[in-house]
Amino acid sequence: MKLNKEQLLDMFSKMVLIRQFETRVKKSFADGDIPGFIHLSAGQEAIAVGCITNLREDDYIVSHHRGHGHLIAKGGNINFMMAELYGKKTGYCKGKGGSMHLADMDINMLGAHGIVGSTVTISTGAGLSAKLRKSGQVTLCFLGDGASNTGRFHEGINLAAIWDLPIVIIIENNFYAEATSIFYSTRLKKLSDRAIAYGIPGETIDSNDVLEIYEKVGKAIDRARKGKGPSLIEIQTYRHFGHEEGDTETYKKKSEIEAWLKKEPIELLKRRLIKDGILTEKEAERINQKMKNEVEEAVKFAKESPYPEPEETLEDVYA
Amino acid sequence: MRILTYREAIIEALKEEMERDPSIFIMGEDIGEHWQGSVKEFEGLWPKFGAERIRETPISETAFLGCAIGAAMTGMRPIANVMFASFLGVPMDEIFSQVTKMRYMFGGKTKMPVTIMCLSGGGMNAAAQHSVCLEGMLMSVPGLKMVSPSTPYDAKGLLKSAIRDDNPVIFFQNLFLTISGFKGEVPENDYTIPLGEAVIRNEGDDVTVVAIGNMVHTALSAAGKLKQENISLEVVDPRCMAPLDEKTIIESVKKTGKIVILDEEPKIGSAASEIAAIIAEQAIEYLDAPVKRVCAPNTPIPFSPPLEKYWLPDENKLIEAIHSII
Repeated sequence: MKLNKEQLLDMFSKMVLIRQFETRVKKSFADGDIPGFIHLSAGQEAIAVGCITNLREDDYIVSHHRGHGHLIAKGGNINFMMAELYGKKTGYCKGKGGSMHLADMDINMLGAHGIVGSTVTISTGAGLSAKLRKSGQVTLCFLGDGASNTGRFHEGINLAAIWDLPIVIIIENNFYAEATSIFYSTRLKKLSDRAIAYGIPGETIDSNDVLEIYEKVGKAIDRARKGKGPSLIEIQTYRHFGHEEGDTETYKKKSEIEAWLKKEPIELLKRRLIKDGILTEKEAERINQKMKNEVEEAVKFAKESPYPEPEETLEDVYA
Repeated sequence: MRILTYREAIIEALKEEMERDPSIFIMGEDIGEHWQGSVKEFEGLWPKFGAERIRETPISETAFLGCAIGAAMTGMRPIANVMFASFLGVPMDEIFSQVTKMRYMFGGKTKMPVTIMCLSGGGMNAAAQHSVCLEGMLMSVPGLKMVSPSTPYDAKGLLKSAIRDDNPVIFFQNLFLTISGFKGEVPENDYTIPLGEAVIRNEGDDVTVVAIGNMVHTALSAAGKLKQENISLEVVDPRCMAPLDEKTIIESVKKTGKIVILDEEPKIGSAASEIAAIIAEQAIEYLDAPVKRVCAPNTPIPFSPPLEKYWLPDENKLIEAIHSII
């Protein structure tokens, strides 16, 4: 599980790419170039990268409506992502899904899903499929704190537990379901305590440290791959922006925002890599600029791409 | 030809398909070792295929229908058994927001070969939460296919097609035809029936009766009686409500000039209403009488036998409607 220099720099680069992508999307949305609803995951990069770095290429992930980072971490193409956000024909979903439904079946990213909690049950299916095919594939299921209060969360984990399915369920606890605080919506202090109800391991990671996430989630993935069944992992984090773009975030306290910005995941990793002699400030800035340029290229690709023909509305309903 | 019950024909279809394709498996409550289906509708499958492929679930329709979605996206062909059509309300989100929309949302980049089986319809005094037909409501869901077979032959051929289809298909297994041991001819050979092709059960010239599911038999019985009055009914069995074979229905109306739709659902928003609208839109000039719908009243289905008898559309109500336009 020891990461080499190349892997560490790759993780750093991916986190920076997610941040640059999200920051640019925020601007494009504000400029009126991106329609619809946009849910950004800036601030939560350590989860996407820390979890997914553990996966084999053929492993599955199932993502929710705040899923840009998951797809980038899985190796998604940011040109196709950006084009999809712009509603263009060249986008991942030919302009039919948008930000909330990015999917890439070629890299086993089984889509971003807008129905809260649905990722749990869909993941049980991918897990069951892998188990029946004896493929050794693991499925990583992402959901938010809000999803952990839905019925399908309980039913889905129970099913995964009784069938020992090779899945790892990651609650990204950013403390808010839209504008509703998790401290209002549950009496639990640790969301991972819910694992007790299903007889599976549960763990809470209360940091934005990508390496800690990598290590702890890696153990759960190993366990799943060995046929020992699912685990539930809560990872506490913070979204830098609102629930969706345009959200005025009146529910967040200034002190809370300041405290979390001190635990900013990219800075945390950067400081650590510099301390360990793996990265320099200059190199970090070079990576930052490189990712920024790549995102600008994606914006250019999206802007220059055509919209789908109106008649394409009628395609893709049935196979 | 061989005679099988409706139930046996369905079990045979499942058995043959599971033998043919190892990616098919069934999930549902009490479908395995002990009960083999709440009305023995999966009898013999568990001993043959075992617990891996005849996979019993906890009572959690939401979980196992969602599970079917993930399995279908990753190379399997799951069959989710929701026991009673009434219970489709539980995983309805999986039906109308998930399984039917994913292919479209993802730009056609996934297939969704999920078959949803359930027991549908009244006539067994099972009361309001175990008796509904939902064709009308579900016809408004794009991306869904639905079959409502009325004979053992159709049940087998349509179920095979449903399982082989790369789209979500709801298979409405009629509860009454299952429990009453309804019999019919079923050939030995492997056959399928294409989804979306209606069949004319009785040719006639005076009135078209479009009947759905078990109501087909009510219509055929009425056709026999009305023959004595020299009224000839053309009985059309759509078999699939989605895709719906509009052409066969419209052609029949063009021939007879009159239509009665017999549907075991409350009238408002029923499949009968949709068919009536199709006729109004596409064939009104061929009509020489108003469109008639013979449906259930807009109440839940009652329990007590005389109440349920009053509630269900029957031969007398159909004949009355036909007399009113002839």
